[in-house]
Amino acid sequence: MTSAPTALNSYRALPDPDGHFGNFGGRFVAETLMPLILELEQAYKDAKADPAFQKELDYFLRHYVGRANPLYYAERLTEHLGGAKIYFKREDLNHTGAHKINNCIGQILLAKRMGKTRIIAETGAGQHGVATATVCARFGLPCTVYMGSKDIKRQSSNVFRMRLLGAEVKPVVSGSCSLKDAMNEALRDWVTNVEDTFYIIGTAAGPHPYPELVRDFQCVIGNEAKEQILEQEGRLPDQVIAAVGGGSNAIGLFHPFLDDKEIEVVGVEAAGHGVHTGKHAASLTAGKPGVLHGNRTYLLMDDDGQIKEADSISAGLDYPGIGPEHSWLKDIGRARYVPITDKEALEAFKLCSELEGIIPALECSHAIAQVMKEAPKMGKDKIILMCLSGRGDKDIFTVAEALGVEL
Amino acid sequence: MSDAIIGGKDRIAKRFAKLKAEGRAGLVTFITAGDPDPEASFEILKALPEAGADVIELGMPFTDPMADGPAIQEASIRALAAGMHMRKTLSLVRGFRDQDHDTPIILMGYYNPIYIYGVAEFLEDARNAGVDGLIVVDLPPEEDAELCVPTVEKGLSFIRLTTPTSDDKRLTKLVQNTSGFVYYVSVAGVTGAGSATNDQIVEAMARLRRHTDLPIAVGFGIKSAEQAAEVARQADAAVVGSAIVSKIAESLDENGKATDKTASMVTGLVRELADGVRNARK
Repeated sequence: MTSAPTALNSYRALPDPDGHFGNFGGRFVAETLMPLILELEQAYKDAKADPAFQKELDYFLRHYVGRANPLYYAERLTEHLGGAKIYFKREDLNHTGAHKINNCIGQILLAKRMGKTRIIAETGAGQHGVATATVCARFGLPCTVYMGSKDIKRQSSNVFRMRLLGAEVKPVVSGSCSLKDAMNEALRDWVTNVEDTFYIIGTAAGPHPYPELVRDFQCVIGNEAKEQILEQEGRLPDQVIAAVGGGSNAIGLFHPFLDDKEIEVVGVEAAGHGVHTGKHAASLTAGKPGVLHGNRTYLLMDDDGQIKEADSISAGLDYPGIGPEHSWLKDIGRARYVPITDKEALEAFKLCSELEGIIPALECSHAIAQVMKEAPKMGKDKIILMCLSGRGDKDIFTVAEALGVEL
Repeated sequence: MSDAIIGGKDRIAKRFAKLKAEGRAGLVTFITAGDPDPEASFEILKALPEAGADVIELGMPFTDPMADGPAIQEASIRALAAGMHMRKTLSLVRGFRDQDHDTPIILMGYYNPIYIYGVAEFLEDARNAGVDGLIVVDLPPEEDAELCVPTVEKGLSFIRLTTPTSDDKRLTKLVQNTSGFVYYVSVAGVTGAGSATNDQIVEAMARLRRHTDLPIAVGFGIKSAEQAAEVARQADAAVVGSAIVSKIAESLDENGKATDKTASMVTGLVRELADGVRNARK
């Protein structure tokens, strides 16, 4: 079912030309979209080989996004937990407050190169929507963002932010009214507007080449972190940790470390009310392989292949699937995926705010919660490198509600 | 092949040969299996041939129908809420086949429920139930090894969607493993949205004819007998889905349950459409 890490013995050589990561990935889309996806694949190949594209990307990452962002030694959290040294890769310090912009800059440069004049996107927590609306404003392209009506309610500040940036936010009222339904609706828009529209997918999922290109644009996280940890510690970390919803910040951090085989790779899924309750978003822990949104990957579904609604306090993790490369990494055993509940994430959210003066997004609060479990078990000579994927300002209303505080 | 399982592409070929002999185009009707509930759906299904359906497309309900507009999405939701699942869809076909040996049934939907059922087991059960072909929206030729090739090997048709975005190079690939008929989606969009102009259809038919000798069915956005007739002048068949499914929705009571008008409202529309198609070339 899974393929060996290729003749070169690298974990970084996939996908294959048809977009497969072992048994996962692929191109499961309606025929109307196939020519567009093939066109995108070719355009991305050309762009990758063009030094001018890389130069432009680097320019915007540096001067617009604000990279490189710091690799920060979380000293007080380290002391508190009493084990491994903890480092945060500070994606929260990017322009727009999360890692999502790395990918959006890359994709909008690609859209421009392809002569596309209209941008669409889906969003869950609204971070990807904000990042997309931001780059659309910067590059002068009209932008439509699909967002589940449930998420619009719990992420109202991001909705307002997108509108300020000139984007049209379209509420999606079908299905579970969250991220998966927003993605369905974005695909429906794309299939209807095939000539002029570029679909900026926010996570490392969807039909080939999206999982590959989103990963590549997010690898700036891991590449920088690797250089920074070598500079600060003179060695690589023992463990890298990131939260996974669709999995774009995680694959961006993990990928550059995959071939350093002694490094333990840990992905953290949203367990919602607990995996045993059935109300969660832990597709790798409790799902099975299936086909949705253009790729084969682990999904939450029933015995009839009907997709289940995911559940998480974090809108950004509230998705019943996962990027296909994570499914592959799980199956070959190169990465370990663990569940963290809403309650554990909230504890971590509070602890990080109080000890480090950093209010983390609920998404990466899941990763912090796992660090709280791992670090005390490890010696003080060990190093954990975690992706702090976004800042938590957007989540204060959700957290207040969960803590029973009225704002 | 035993008598019990005569069907597959033979039944489809026979039906199109008959239409050709009659000098007319066919009417392909779509309903979602189990919409609005399994029993009412069976009543509708049984009544379709008599009302004028020449070929039946039966939707396999799915939670996330990415290529469908609101009408067919809601049909899926209604069916699933009424407890529909794949095994019941196949028994619906079996029940239909007990009384109708000639009208081809094509199952239409998305890959995941088939993948989870298990491809080999699904094909075996589908063929035994009397299914003749499959249309699986999210399986382009790039993924033929998944289901298309096993389907053809099993003697069933794998019917491909061709679209306004399919250029000549793409069409060569699209018709490769297809059989039964070719479905031309006349507009880029979801089901039930806008419709193509007559000129666009004429142009597309000419292009498709250069690539295949199979019958060509044209669908998407056909809502009235007039539109169906217009398509029937150019194509070998006209496909109507959303309009029929919307009629089901219209017939329901305030709790979304079937009423005694449900089946008759559907067959009423199908009769009108069939009249349009049958008189188109007169």
